[in-house]
Amino acid sequence: MKSEIVDRGDVRFIKLSGKITIGSGDVELRHLVHSALDDGKKKIVLDLGKVSTIDSSGIGEMVAAYTSVAKRDGQLKLMHLPSKINDILQVTQLITVFDVLDSDEEVMSSFS
Amino acid sequence: MVTSEERRRLTAPPDGMIPRIMSGGATYRARLSLSSRFENIELAERVLGELCDEAGWSEAGRSPVLSSLREAIANAVRHGNRMDLGRRVGVEYELSEGEAVLRVSDEGEGFDPSAVPDPTAPENLLRPGGRGIFFMKQLMDRVTIETRPAGGTLVVMSRRLNTEKTGGTLHEE
Repeated sequence: MKSEIVDRGDVRFIKLSGKITIGSGDVELRHLVHSALDDGKKKIVLDLGKVSTIDSSGIGEMVAAYTSVAKRDGQLKLMHLPSKINDILQVTQLITVFDVLDSDEEVMSSFS
Repeated sequence: MVTSEERRRLTAPPDGMIPRIMSGGATYRARLSLSSRFENIELAERVLGELCDEAGWSEAGRSPVLSSLREAIANAVRHGNRMDLGRRVGVEYELSEGEAVLRVSDEGEGFDPSAVPDPTAPENLLRPGGRGIFFMKQLMDRVTIETRPAGGTLVVMSRRLNTEKTGGTLHEE
């Protein structure tokens, strides 16, 4: 998995690409989110547009990230959901948990 | 990444642990015995990819099978063998033009699959784990999980290429 961090105002965008799978990407994702929290960020967006593969561990890390951010009174949202990850969130009912957005503008207005 | 030890096991016959891809009629088989490392999942995926090539499975057809194999081995390594490198994960493949059958075994204590909570129940939605078996059942036509008499868990799962099951895919196509 590769990642790119972009801060826009008080929103941290974590742009992920490649695999978020057990032993390869799942732990990195955890560190990226905790690093954002340590930097004082409470508005965090995971951009999943370039994620090619995800497994149940990757989904589990996304859920763990969501609860970690919520415990710090923050919000974690998703954007650019690939159709296969959207399918997974639908079938696991997690689509009811995550706020899913499509553009930077949509993200910025959703947090304000 | 394949460790030098794994490479030795895979390339040094005869120890019964090399992947054997045999074409008998229209059925393609292979068998692996892996140490309990997550890195070995990719190795097992590559072998499945080879078999799918042999059997003529399309990328779309093989994708849910690959994802299910990944979940089964991850469970065997983490929950079954508890990352104990002294315990093996067995993988048996059987692919024909029309059906894939996978058997994944571990050397753990076994468990009661009926005791695994439904990950889609509202009270379980925010649990980070517990979705692996659910994914396998979504993606495959048939999944059976049993504790073997000699110990350990055996997962047997199959999917027909032309299945009417429309479960999504978790793997790149």
